[in-house]
Amino acid sequence: MAQWVLETKKLSKEFRGFLAVSQVDIRVQKGCVHALIGPNGAGKTTVFNLLTRFITPSSGAIFFNGVDITKKKPAEVALMGMVRSFQISAVFPNLTPFENVRIALQRPLGTACHFWKPLSSLDTLSDKIMELLEAVGLQQLAHRPTVELAYGRKRALEIATTLALEPEMMLLDEPTQGMGAEDVERITELVRKVAAGRTILMVEHNLKVVASLAERITVLNRGKVLAEGHYEEISRNPSVMEAYMGSENG
Amino acid sequence: MENSLNKKLLVVLLLIGLGAPFVVYPVFLMQLYCFALFACAFNLLLGYTGLLSFGHAAFFGGAAYITGYLVKNAGFTPEMGILAGTLAAAAMGFVFGILTIRRQGIYFAMITLALAQVVYFVALKAPFTGGEDGLQNVPRGKLLGLVNLGRTYHLAGKSLELNLYYFVFAIFCAGFWLLYRTINSPFGQVIKAIRENEPRAVSLGYRVERIKLLAFVISAALSGTAGATKTLVFQLASLTDVSWHTSGDVVLMTLLGGLGTVAGPVMGAFTVVSLQTGLSSIGSWVTVVIGAIFVICVLLFRRGFVGELSRIIKKVFEGDLPSEDSGRIQGRQEGKQAPGPGAASG
Repeated sequence: MAQWVLETKKLSKEFRGFLAVSQVDIRVQKGCVHALIGPNGAGKTTVFNLLTRFITPSSGAIFFNGVDITKKKPAEVALMGMVRSFQISAVFPNLTPFENVRIALQRPLGTACHFWKPLSSLDTLSDKIMELLEAVGLQQLAHRPTVELAYGRKRALEIATTLALEPEMMLLDEPTQGMGAEDVERITELVRKVAAGRTILMVEHNLKVVASLAERITVLNRGKVLAEGHYEEISRNPSVMEAYMGSENG
Repeated sequence: MENSLNKKLLVVLLLIGLGAPFVVYPVFLMQLYCFALFACAFNLLLGYTGLLSFGHAAFFGGAAYITGYLVKNAGFTPEMGILAGTLAAAAMGFVFGILTIRRQGIYFAMITLALAQVVYFVALKAPFTGGEDGLQNVPRGKLLGLVNLGRTYHLAGKSLELNLYYFVFAIFCAGFWLLYRTINSPFGQVIKAIRENEPRAVSLGYRVERIKLLAFVISAALSGTAGATKTLVFQLASLTDVSWHTSGDVVLMTLLGGLGTVAGPVMGAFTVVSLQTGLSSIGSWVTVVIGAIFVICVLLFRRGFVGELSRIIKKVFEGDLPSEDSGRIQGRQEGKQAPGPGAASG
């Protein structure tokens, strides 16, 4: 029981009669990179939103480190150590990368509501911010507006921001979606780097990325778990091949 | 460098503010300060938190009535009256906020408007507000029981309410400073983050509703300070203060001056109030003139006066550098099929 960081039990979500996710059991092992794949419309993003509590399941339960989080709020889940990224690049566009990371770092200080304190009260965070930006190769661009950054760099910034929370578990929603080959490699390396000592669950379309990163894979199709296992097992599984036929071939 | 420049500018503005009543009619200046503070308080919500409230007159006017009543009928000193008005507005802000803060966009605007209309109705019907007449002849009183705010000085044939002027100027400066500090505080960073990307702020573990509520209360409280001060200046609290026109005016001031800029709402308020006063001889055509200016502003400078100005200043100081990032990426991808700059700036 204890080795599962994240566990779902018969998780289902119904949208007006349409069963988007049906009886899904996923178990993510501690310290493992776990990928959630499946053809378009398989319910990957729905599962993802259920896990981070951005939507509420119709039935079933979610456990994080053995604690039932089915009824917790998204912010509470984040505070417990499970932090998500978004499919659409989730940065604060009109703040600088430096400020983006600072937002994440200042939360544990508990001064979010201190409107009478000067900004210099956050100066103690500067070193840590630059360290994080350096880890994702953004130290040169720390003080430029984030809107001006290239797409791949925005994603890198997002990962830096997520890392700032030192989450026990990271959920990445299609980290390489919409990227050129160059950026895909960079983000893959980055995810590999940050995976050390953490548990990662990612939704990913790019099977090359999945093959090189993921230790365990869950395949979803039509809202149901089709198969689970290592990449080799999965890639030989006939029903997975069938589900992917004509929609995606890596 | 930019910081010392700002400091010098601030000192100059402060000196101008201290000397202004000898040149310009003081009551007009005080009116400017009241509306400027109102607009700045409103900007905290619209410009920095991204919430469009269409009912801010409720706080401005509500505080105006409460201060007026307490000073006139309960013998409050002016500073206690303003304090009471501010606290009342904060309490109203808390109630409004609890009811509206979960709504987004147009729904938020509509509910704040509806609640403000309730306040308007109370101001019209309640026994202590004077109905259509409002509260008239509110005494200016003695500050701390010592300084007579109603005293006028006669200089070179002009009568100047200098005591009141400096009192109002001090309130404006204090309010402006408090808002400036709020914007440049840890809290200010978080509200900007919420404005930029609320789901992301949630995912970083912020309880955004509480934070937005606090922004709403601060904004309402300082709007109340502005309204309360206005009552002492004009010795009057009237239905205009709580009407939706006033709510609209403050939106206009903020947008004209520049959303999300520190000085923008001040400039916007100065512009709108000056036009309303200066063109009062042409009657209701003022609305048309202001409307036309607003349209031109929206078409030509979408960031408002101050937003546009600061962009130009930044350009002059920094030079129009090409984006460093896109340059580097193209450099790195030499020889490969490099995506165009459009793709890089995605």
